[in-house]
Amino acid sequence: MNIIACVKRVPTTDADVRFKADSSGLETDGLPYMISFYDEIALEQAVLTKEALGGEVTALTLGPASGSKELRECLAKGADKAVILTDDEWMSCDCRATAKRLAAAIGELDAKLVFMGRVATDRDNAAVGPMCATYLGWACVSGVIEMECGEDKGTAKVETEDGIETVEFSLPAIITCNKGLNTPRYAGLKGIMAAKKKPLEEQAPAAADGQAVLSTVSAPPARPEGRIVGTGAEAVPALIDALRNEAQVL
Amino acid sequence: MTTLVVFVEHSGGNARRGSLEALGAARAAGCDCIAVLTGADAAQAAQTLGNSGAAKAVVLTGPAEHSADAVASAMAEVVSAQGADGFMAASTHHGQDLAARVAAHLDSVLFSDCTGLTQEGDSLSVQRSWLAGKAIAQLTSAAPAFCCTTRLNVFEIFEGESSVEVSEHAISAEAKARVVSIEAKGETKLDVKEAPVVVSGGRGMKEAEHFALIEDLAAAFGDAAVGASRAVVDAGWRPHSEQVGQTGKVVAPQLYVAVGISGAIQHLAGMRTSGTIVAINKDADAPIFKVADYGIVGDAFEVVPALAEAVRAVKAEA
Ligand SMILES: Cc1cc2nc3c(=O)[nH]c(=O)nc-3n(C[C@H](O)[C@H](O)[C@H](O)COP(=O)(O)OP(=O)(O)OC[C@H]3O[C@@H](n4cnc5c(N)ncnc54)[C@H](O)[C@@H]3O)c2cc1C
Repeated sequence: MNIIACVKRVPTTDADVRFKADSSGLETDGLPYMISFYDEIALEQAVLTKEALGGEVTALTLGPASGSKELRECLAKGADKAVILTDDEWMSCDCRATAKRLAAAIGELDAKLVFMGRVATDRDNAAVGPMCATYLGWACVSGVIEMECGEDKGTAKVETEDGIETVEFSLPAIITCNKGLNTPRYAGLKGIMAAKKKPLEEQAPAAADGQAVLSTVSAPPARPEGRIVGTGAEAVPALIDALRNEAQVL
Repeated sequence: MTTLVVFVEHSGGNARRGSLEALGAARAAGCDCIAVLTGADAAQAAQTLGNSGAAKAVVLTGPAEHSADAVASAMAEVVSAQGADGFMAASTHHGQDLAARVAAHLDSVLFSDCTGLTQEGDSLSVQRSWLAGKAIAQLTSAAPAFCCTTRLNVFEIFEGESSVEVSEHAISAEAKARVVSIEAKGETKLDVKEAPVVVSGGRGMKEAEHFALIEDLAAAFGDAAVGASRAVVDAGWRPHSEQVGQTGKVVAPQLYVAVGISGAIQHLAGMRTSGTIVAINKDADAPIFKVADYGIVGDAFEVVPALAEAVRAVKAEA
């Protein structure tokens, strides 16, 4: 079975985020990057599925040509080949355009099962997986924490506000992965060596116009200065007083 | 006038608070609302939505009601059939998932987990966070339909007194995936994203068993959920569903209490837009105090029980 893991290059979670002076975007000079946290889980699930069912895993990304660094990491962790849909403006490609371009590439790769992260930790949309599946006319399960899959169908568990749902799905399908589904492996030395010889292809992404129009982006307003109300259990009455009379939340 | 179809979730015949907030957000931005509902008791939940700002309600019916793909295509049909300008939902698990699918059916971009919605001229503008709150973006849509989801606990519920016209729409698409069973969690447990008060514990609690203190403080507040830092989730003390932060949930309760949490950048990202933030930490230099409105420097094992007792005393008075 052809399996795809979609991964995205995003700023590291501890990156110091700066903004262009005219609020037109992030200052990307010197911004450190990583594979989005949930995409690591998607890659691991793709490799685990290949180990169980056979087939081939392609790591697919929409990103800059320099994103090959993250793709080599995927190859070292068990992907068989990698494809970059090169776009230097990938971070400002909106969720619809991203979904359409990935859908076109997924179609070309003739895959039956695609894993993505539940959400990318840069734009926080949690939309590309279900959007992409809708464009393809495929099944999709979002936010999966446990799953089993065969050649034609599978079952997955997701956590909602009310509890845990079990979902049956038919293939082809897109699964978006949540924390808890697996523990991503580290790349061993052998994997890193092998990755150097695995194919990594650059392709032009399908055309898709953006629809999201950014007016401004800036730092969140600073919170008003707070204060230490006291030390130890003796400070509790002062805290209660502040919560009741100042903040009025009690 | 802009008309939006708003997905209203419900349980036991009552609309969920987050969905009512979504209706309120649309009304406050000057939009007309058509509610769309599905599932058992949907017709009952639809009856009272006039009071929360819906002019009409459409109940989806049919055997595929447990399939997100089939339901989403029916919702997109409702948008077209009603001649509406877009689609909205609360950013719950189902709201987020369905909104993405509906947006794709309408070939439109989706703005997720919005914290602001305003009408400018005849177009809508949203505010939403990137990088879990490290950046705030203001955006407009050039899409054929306007689609967004709203962050919970941010928007006011609309209060009025109107009747609502209820109709039905059949789900006709064939299901590709369907929910076959639901294992409900304890009825009293609120999700961290939905709760007006969140009491979170971190590694400073030292052991999983000591979260009994956090649970007790949450119980003292009443309408509260227990949250956790990643450190304690990774240690297996608490489930991931309680993790607050960049790789957990982004929350905006009226009151957020952080106990024994240092305040790493990834944690702050998930809670810094809360109404009031209280931090209890034995280290006066912990970064959590930089975002806290009120801090107590002290041992959680002394402060938390005393605070729970004091909160109970206040609640008993009221
Ligand atoms: C990719 C990535 C994603 C991440 N995502 C998240 C995320 O989503 N959410 C998240 O929370 N973290 C996240 N983290 C982890 C984050 O960097 C921190 O490691 C984590 O938040 C620390 O948890 P903590 O505050 O509970 O523990 P610590 O940093 O160990 O802090 C414990 C605190 O407890 C205090 N303390 C100790 N004993 C007591 C006592 N008796 N009474 C009172 N106070 C006491 C200490 O002074 C200290 O401040 C992420 C990290 C990475 C790399």
